[in-house]
Amino acid sequence: MVTLGPIGFVAPWLLLGLLALPILWILLRAVPPAPLRRRFPAIALLIGLRDEDAETDRTPWWLLLLRMLAVAGLILGLSGPVINPRVDLPSSGPLLILADASWADARTWEARRDRIGNLIDDAERSGRQVALATLTATPGLLEFRAPELVRQELPGLQPNPWSPMLSDWTKEIGNAGASFDTAWLSDGIDHAGRADLARALAEKGSLTVYEIPQTTFGLLPPRFEDGTITLSALRTRADAEAVLSVAAIGPDPAGSETVLATVDASFATGETSADIGFSLPAELRNRITRFEATGQRSAASVVMVDDSLRRREIGLIAASGDREGLELLSPLHYLRQALAPNADIVDGSFDDLLLANPDVIVMADVATLAEAESEALIKWIEDGGLLVRFAGPRLAAANIDPGTDDPLLPVRLRAGGRSVGGAMSWGDPKQLAPFPEGTPFAGLAVPEEVTVTTQVMAQPDPTLADRVIAQLTDGTPLVTRKPMGAGSVVLFHVTANSEWSNLPLSGLFVQMLERLAVLGMRPLDDMTELAGTTWLPAVVLTAEGRAERVDTLPSVTGERLATGVVGADMPPGLYAGQDRKLAVNVLPQDATLAAAVWPAGTRVEGISASVEHPLGGWLLGFAALALLTDLLATMGLSGRFRGAAAGLGLAVFALFPAPAPLSAQTDDAFAIAATSGVVLAHVLTGDSRVDDTAAAGLRGLSDVLFLRTSIEPAEPIGVDIESDELSFFPLLYWPISDAQPLPSRDAYAKLNRYLRSGGLILFDTRDADRAGFGSATSEGRMLQAIARGLDIPPLEPVPSDHVLTRTFYLLQDFPGRYAGREIWVEASPPGAAQSEGMPFRNLNDGVTPVIIGGNDWASAWATDDLGVPLFRVGRGSAGDRQREIAFRFGVNVVMHVLTGNYKSDQVHVPALLDRLGQ
Amino acid sequence: MTDAPALRARSEQLAAPLPALLARAEHLSASVVLGDHGRRRAGLGDTFWQYRSAIPSDDARRIDWRRSARSDTSFVHEKEWQIAQTVGVWVDHSASMRFASSRGQPTKADRAQLLALAATILLLRGGERVGCLESATPPRRGNAQATEIAAQFGVEDPNEFGTPPAASLTRAARVLLVSDFFGDIAATEAAIATAAKNGSTGVLLQVVDPQEEEFPFAGRTIFESPSNTIRHETRRAAALRDRYLERLAQRRDRLEASAKAAGWTFGIHRTDQSPAAGLMWLYQTIEAAR
Repeated sequence: MVTLGPIGFVAPWLLLGLLALPILWILLRAVPPAPLRRRFPAIALLIGLRDEDAETDRTPWWLLLLRMLAVAGLILGLSGPVINPRVDLPSSGPLLILADASWADARTWEARRDRIGNLIDDAERSGRQVALATLTATPGLLEFRAPELVRQELPGLQPNPWSPMLSDWTKEIGNAGASFDTAWLSDGIDHAGRADLARALAEKGSLTVYEIPQTTFGLLPPRFEDGTITLSALRTRADAEAVLSVAAIGPDPAGSETVLATVDASFATGETSADIGFSLPAELRNRITRFEATGQRSAASVVMVDDSLRRREIGLIAASGDREGLELLSPLHYLRQALAPNADIVDGSFDDLLLANPDVIVMADVATLAEAESEALIKWIEDGGLLVRFAGPRLAAANIDPGTDDPLLPVRLRAGGRSVGGAMSWGDPKQLAPFPEGTPFAGLAVPEEVTVTTQVMAQPDPTLADRVIAQLTDGTPLVTRKPMGAGSVVLFHVTANSEWSNLPLSGLFVQMLERLAVLGMRPLDDMTELAGTTWLPAVVLTAEGRAERVDTLPSVTGERLATGVVGADMPPGLYAGQDRKLAVNVLPQDATLAAAVWPAGTRVEGISASVEHPLGGWLLGFAALALLTDLLATMGLSGRFRGAAAGLGLAVFALFPAPAPLSAQTDDAFAIAATSGVVLAHVLTGDSRVDDTAAAGLRGLSDVLFLRTSIEPAEPIGVDIESDELSFFPLLYWPISDAQPLPSRDAYAKLNRYLRSGGLILFDTRDADRAGFGSATSEGRMLQAIARGLDIPPLEPVPSDHVLTRTFYLLQDFPGRYAGREIWVEASPPGAAQSEGMPFRNLNDGVTPVIIGGNDWASAWATDDLGVPLFRVGRGSAGDRQREIAFRFGVNVVMHVLTGNYKSDQVHVPALLDRLGQ
Repeated sequence: MTDAPALRARSEQLAAPLPALLARAEHLSASVVLGDHGRRRAGLGDTFWQYRSAIPSDDARRIDWRRSARSDTSFVHEKEWQIAQTVGVWVDHSASMRFASSRGQPTKADRAQLLALAATILLLRGGERVGCLESATPPRRGNAQATEIAAQFGVEDPNEFGTPPAASLTRAARVLLVSDFFGDIAATEAAIATAAKNGSTGVLLQVVDPQEEEFPFAGRTIFESPSNTIRHETRRAAALRDRYLERLAQRRDRLEASAKAAGWTFGIHRTDQSPAAGLMWLYQTIEAAR
């Protein structure tokens, strides 16, 4: 094969024929088109008429050019040109196929896997041994084996959500003995050590690198600055402007995950990073669980958010103030000063506060509460609230019956309290004792100058010792705590202002509040704090950036966590420790992204560009077309064109494809078409084969409905969930194809609105032949990904008395092309019970919003225009029966959508019993 | 070669819907023959004219006994005196007429024969005497004559172009000439002159093919006459179109002028027109001339 740039020729010698073109030109020029002989009786009238202008006998130049092009196309076509001819690797010796398989590969993993398959095919053709390894896996011994054995590993090859371990592999390659050639599928990111590994591989044999020239985006962990959440987006290439849309995701009030806010990051030309800020109300901000760059599908485009972004809401309650205007003496002044920088303070009446459900309530010198308030507060604490109380004159003066135990106080108080170090008292002001081990304050330094002059005193009590978490040097309790349900009550035995002690003036006060988890977690300043701790992964990111809850991964030590570098032993995700959660993200705070740079002389190829495109057929086709045009033109020139023209024109038009099928448009015409009758609709997946089958299936089902029932559907419509209005359709058939993109945020909103307003989506994963217990298919995973954003109620397998089993036909099986798995519908309410003598429960549950199954119903329903089935179902008459049942299922579904739970009404019981033969 | 019985059948079919065509009767004593044209006086004929009292000179067998029995005197049954018109038909059978531009169309000869024979049948039905101009078929009455004339039409003329015979059947006859008139125009004029001299009037019907009318040709073309004796080559046929049409118009003008001068009528029929239209035109022409 001879190559000229990107084009290669299989038979280059034929190109010499092009030299003959000039000769052909001269020959053709000399021969005019042959005259046409005609019988013409009126010739007598012509005799003596001369041609006015002596037109040349030669062929017109454009006709010549056309013929030349035709012949040139013929010669070129026969010489077998191929775009991107696959230049074979040196075809001997073993071949090592390396794939980075990092998070950056996840988006294009299918293409990479196909390319690896091609490489294995090539190796098999040339009889080479192959070893296949991913660089994100731990280096192991390279084992060169027969290609067909290696190919079996290919489907299981998955990218990992961390960077390739290049230095480990460099070592491993250096140790390998034999020489081999390498094909390296790179993720295109400049990981440290890439050049070293490339050099090590080049020493062993030839190295070819396959890369997709794409821009990879990543997000850095968020920071909280001046009331906004700031995070940086990175990209590998800075050659053009780009906009990356970043979404903050978290639970909505109902608990299902939703997009809370979206901000676009704009990269200027030449910039590889862009900062964006989310300015959100505290309520929303606290709900954020992760940030995600939309449409990227990689682990680096998702950052998990841990407690560090969380700002606690603290409700402050003081006794009704009678000292208006004395700000510095306000019992809450120092609390406000201490809390405001790191928490959101909620003011208001007691009732309003509890409604806002703050994390912490601080009560300064509040002695008594109304009984209802007290009960509400106790319930709030038992649900996990933290109540912090400060003493004061009122509390000290409160006439608490010594026999009763105030549940909102950790200890029983003696009436009065004590005063030391004052003008009218003995003794010096008391200092704080060092905090004992095991208390929340352990390790805090006690400043000398902090003294207490007045305090309330606890009644001695057997439980007192357990509840003291800070005391004075003389052993009297200063801070006591009592757990209550999931929460606790903490009492400072001094005031929250500086009247009784100067504790609120000191920095210790803030630290103590922090330790009490009154304040939100600050980011870990010092990773050494993590030493000796153990962390359990709670949520782990996949390479595609999907968050998965896990409970089977081994724990990670604090030291490992402190490195912040993700790897096989520490995948990115959320790690739970004792009292807080830490997020580990793919890109650490100081990370940068850059495109890979290869050592000079490395051969770099595209991944998909290496598919061969033979051009011969196109050129020969062009030549044929040119000759046909020449024929027409010659006929036109010699006047033989009439009559033939019409036929040829028809033939040419017949070659053009028929106009595209009815595609839904967002205009009135679409609305009219969709509402002029009952229209069954299917969701366009973008996979034309699946869409065609769905359309044919719904057409078949519509015909059956027309023939057998009073429903007379119009022609089914394919809808684009992104652009089309859904509310016209009673039923959406949604075949799941793993090629389809996830719906956008707007589309999800539309789908949820559709589901809530009585629409029904029939999800069909079409995989009942493959999927079984414990084995997930790609369609199943796709369905999970799609359904994550949908408002789907709890589901259950169709119970035998579900209204679907009797809306039109009495059915117990719901087969499609496959008669496999059970199908799932909305769960019936828990209280429903079967009454005596009734064949079904009394369920007034409305229409199930989703039906999920995998039996490939559309294929069973699909018929062509003549009503002939398009796909084989089962075998013989059993197959026909199965198709019939599939049609009956379809009829029942449509009936269910249109009539709701009508057949669930008990009034039908006698008739149904009669039909059931009971 | 046209199948004579078939041609007759088709002609009958075409002639059926029209009312009987009565050629104009002219008072020409020499050619008075018993016919269907009443002379408004008693004489020889088929239809009843009057009863008159018998006079002694009347032959006894002419007395109408049925009428005479109702009265005392004898009556004679007199019939209206009727005459018939003689019509001479000539259809061009030359090679030039055996041309059709497309498969779906009849040749000019076919259409000419059809029209001529349909007219013949109408004339015969009206009691006229019809004969062929060029052959020995004498003018006769009766349906059998149509078969005779149809047989005559089947005879092909080997010549390139046909010329109407310059002979007339009888004096003061009607003449129907059907041809494309692409041949020698002088011969046609001579024939008209001869017939007119005999006191005959007539109709010229030019039957043309649509191609001859429109000249829809382009490109390099060699035109050949039907029997391939004349050729004309052109490199751009389209350029000839205007001049051809001009010549065609000139020829028609000349034919029409000479027809008018002799009191004749000139008409054109295209083979892509309905034959009924042509027959209707013939009928109207003869009606108008009456």
